[in-house]
Amino acid sequence: MTNTTSVPELLSYTLNVNGRDHQVSDAELGENLLFVLRERLGLRGSKNACEQGECGSCSVLVDGRLECSCTMLAAAATGRQIVTVEGLTPSGDGLSEVQEAFVAEGAVQCGFCTPGLIVSVSDLLDRLPLATELEIREAISGNLCRCTGYGRIIAAVQAAQHARSAREALR
Amino acid sequence: MPVFVPASLEEAFAVLEGAPGAQLLAGGTDFMVEVNAGQRRPATVVALGAVPELKGWRLDGDEVVLGAGLTYTEMISPELAELVPGLAQAARTVGSPQIRNAGTLGGNIATASPAGDTLPMLMALGATMTLGRSDGGRRAVGLDELVVGPKRTTLQPGEVLLEVRVRAGAGRQEFLKVGTRNAMVIAVASAAVVVDFERRSVRVALGSVGPVVIRAEEVEREAAKLIDWDARRLVGPLEGSGDFGELVRTAARPIDDHRSTAAYRRHAAGVCVTRAFRRAFSSEESTAP
Repeated sequence: MTNTTSVPELLSYTLNVNGRDHQVSDAELGENLLFVLRERLGLRGSKNACEQGECGSCSVLVDGRLECSCTMLAAAATGRQIVTVEGLTPSGDGLSEVQEAFVAEGAVQCGFCTPGLIVSVSDLLDRLPLATELEIREAISGNLCRCTGYGRIIAAVQAAQHARSAREALR
Repeated sequence: MPVFVPASLEEAFAVLEGAPGAQLLAGGTDFMVEVNAGQRRPATVVALGAVPELKGWRLDGDEVVLGAGLTYTEMISPELAELVPGLAQAARTVGSPQIRNAGTLGGNIATASPAGDTLPMLMALGATMTLGRSDGGRRAVGLDELVVGPKRTTLQPGEVLLEVRVRAGAGRQEFLKVGTRNAMVIAVASAAVVVDFERRSVRVALGSVGPVVIRAEEVEREAAKLIDWDARRLVGPLEGSGDFGELVRTAARPIDDHRSTAAYRRHAAGVCVTRAFRRAFSSEESTAP
């Protein structure tokens, strides 16, 4: 069993988050990744609402794949590369292109769903920079917003697409 | 309460040898919901996400071998959708991009929910599941031998679902599902239809209208009579306004619950089957994926 990672009772393990190794100590087995990110590592950008994978407010990238951190067993995420919304934001006070677009288009009202949407939309535009409106709608179908309304959110995604293509045209 | 993350199948079996009662964990999209709600407190978990032998898919002769760790997103990929279009259709109705990236075929089967979206299509395709044990023993079973009740399977302690085999490009395949919206919905009723022109066979399976997936053999027999195999078209009443509603309603064994009524489920299943047949014989390509 050379390469099997074994995590004993009251678990201690390492998680790689936003390019850095974090030591998690004295954790319980059933803790989901969202809980560990927020309560043990102090990364509170990912939000906790449904704990069922329904609302998408806890969305993170795991080995480059968009997933709900609430339905991921934290201890089983050892060895994976986790990127949270904090990891998508430039250091300091800057905002990413997608975040700028959300602000500019008024796609943030209460803001609770915003971090999850930022992660989903960033993932979409990395994979499909020219996503159509239908593709945008499908890409954010796992992110529930109950107050801003999807019209402004879709407008923000399209604004981010324009900003990105304008930037690339300049290169 | 340890968590094991084996890096190979051999290592997974080595762990299971010492802890045969361990909880196997795939994508976690069902399991973690129960853990989060405090409904489940596993003593030992073996997470299979890093086992390379369970990942991906391959061709073996005229069969497609789907790893138990195949995600719904991978099922939708154009290369695989070409070979098993019905499974791609079913996968695309599952959850959201987040859920489709995490959830797996093996997890869907082993969870054995009556509403598992891949199960009706696996039944209609006549899929074979390969189960493995640490002593090297393997057995191949059909879906009806593996899933025997709501959330009940014949998987033995220490046994792992390894792969699923289906025939590549087995005729026209259609999957339909009824729910309250397109995304993030658990099926109220679903149906899978496979019309195999080469073998001149029809298979119909119903989801969410019984404790397990129901194969509707009476519908299959009646449908076969309505097919002109040489012309590849429907004849008789289905050409017009006829439907399989009554036969499907008889085959279904649904219950009333918080998601729907039994009566609506029977009706919806009938509509799904009839519509699936019309699509299977339509010259247009399927709409999804």
